[in-house]
Amino acid sequence: MRYAMAVDTRKCVGCSDCVVACQTENDVPLGYCRDWIVETNDGTYPQLFTEIRSERCNHCDNAPCVRCCPTGASHIAEGGIVLVKHNKCIGCGACIASCPYNARYPHPDGYVDKCTFCEHRVKDGMKPSCVAVCPTKCLTFGDLDDPNSEVSNILKRRKYKTLIPEAGTKPQLYFLI
Amino acid sequence: MNEELIVSGRNNLMVDPQLNIWHWPIALYLFLGGLAAGILFFAALYYILGKEKEYSTAVRKAPFIAPFALVIGLAALFFDLRHKAFFWQLYTTIRLQSPMSWGAWTLLVITTASFIWCALHIRDLFPEFDWKYKFLKDRETFFNKHKKALAWVMLVFAVITGIYTGILLSAFNARPLWNTSVLGPLFLASGVSAGAAAIVLMSKQQTERLLFTKLDLIVLGIELFLIIHMFMGYLAGPQSQIEAAGLFLGGQYTAVFWIFVITIGIILPAMLDVMELRGFHIPAVAPGVLVLFGSLMFRFVFVFAGQVSHWLY
Repeated sequence: MRYAMAVDTRKCVGCSDCVVACQTENDVPLGYCRDWIVETNDGTYPQLFTEIRSERCNHCDNAPCVRCCPTGASHIAEGGIVLVKHNKCIGCGACIASCPYNARYPHPDGYVDKCTFCEHRVKDGMKPSCVAVCPTKCLTFGDLDDPNSEVSNILKRRKYKTLIPEAGTKPQLYFLI
Repeated sequence: MNEELIVSGRNNLMVDPQLNIWHWPIALYLFLGGLAAGILFFAALYYILGKEKEYSTAVRKAPFIAPFALVIGLAALFFDLRHKAFFWQLYTTIRLQSPMSWGAWTLLVITTASFIWCALHIRDLFPEFDWKYKFLKDRETFFNKHKKALAWVMLVFAVITGIYTGILLSAFNARPLWNTSVLGPLFLASGVSAGAAAIVLMSKQQTERLLFTKLDLIVLGIELFLIIHMFMGYLAGPQSQIEAAGLFLGGQYTAVFWIFVITIGIILPAMLDVMELRGFHIPAVAPGVLVLFGSLMFRFVFVFAGQVSHWLY
């Protein structure tokens, strides 16, 4: 099993619904977020290009945060989901410094927190909350090991990119372009 | 135009707008760890070489700084943890891929060794000292009998501790400034030069001071060489590292790096060392204090500048 997410940058309008849904679903403390919207603007008027991306933890195959964690609190769970065991985390910050995507933050309670791909929903067969609420249906979540899953199909059909592949992290968040 | 904005408003504490997860306690600890490693390295080395009497400050007196430095350093590390009650989780596992994990175990060994070493030499400071209980006296005889083995353990673990303070940072590929393998040997050299400086400051014996002034000069030379090497690596590297080096070459850390670390911390004390060796009369404390100051500033500059450097997206 290899969970992954595809983000259609041509459909995303940057409404931030995924951000709010995540904060509500996961009781993210006020002022923090586990996912966010990036807007890029390139070109010179009148030739302008905008790309909107809904970003979160990339649940890397070669996760530097898991590698540098001194206690094993950061670990790779079923399906390649990168998770933090709160009662093993000492809050040293090594994983936060090791993430090229800045996807982790120190929770006010002390431990390190991040996107979980809504593991608690996924294991019951539901979609992550950001995917479930997206009004433009630009987020696709599923199992890459299953060739017939929605995410496998869309990655077969569409051109895509990942973020900072040169960091060697093998990110599992695919941006359709 | 080419701009990239987070439009949903992200303001995660200590992560935005730039990483700020490690603060002064980490820099202080890296300095104190390096200093203790340098001192214990020389103590063990000159004990193994059988020069205990000639260089008595290095072997007997200076090591008393080490346990204090290590305990204060460890306290600083603990202070910078955000989930303090769970710190013991460090000692429930050994994860070789995580420098912080094997570093924690190394610190456990070197701190214990430094305490034992000081206990064996406590009569050099307090001649009247008595261990009182038979149990403690037995332990003293035991370690005195195996002092050579203890010195070897200390020598090896002092080197590991010195290198570890650098590798702790260089293991992060996400921060291009830290991500250079020169950082391990460079931090070791910086720690060893700080150790030699501390011994020069404490020693009252002319031959010993001259020897450690010479050693200090050599290590400062190595340090300078490694720093040049590091910049060559950055500037021949990918854009992310060219921009990381730019922090020191015109960027926001230029002044503090070239004035405090290079000029005051390396070149000035090296010149004073040369003058001292040539027979000029130099205030005894000057080069030592400058080297210690430069070593401390080096850790501060690197810890903070590294968190500013980032990948390009």
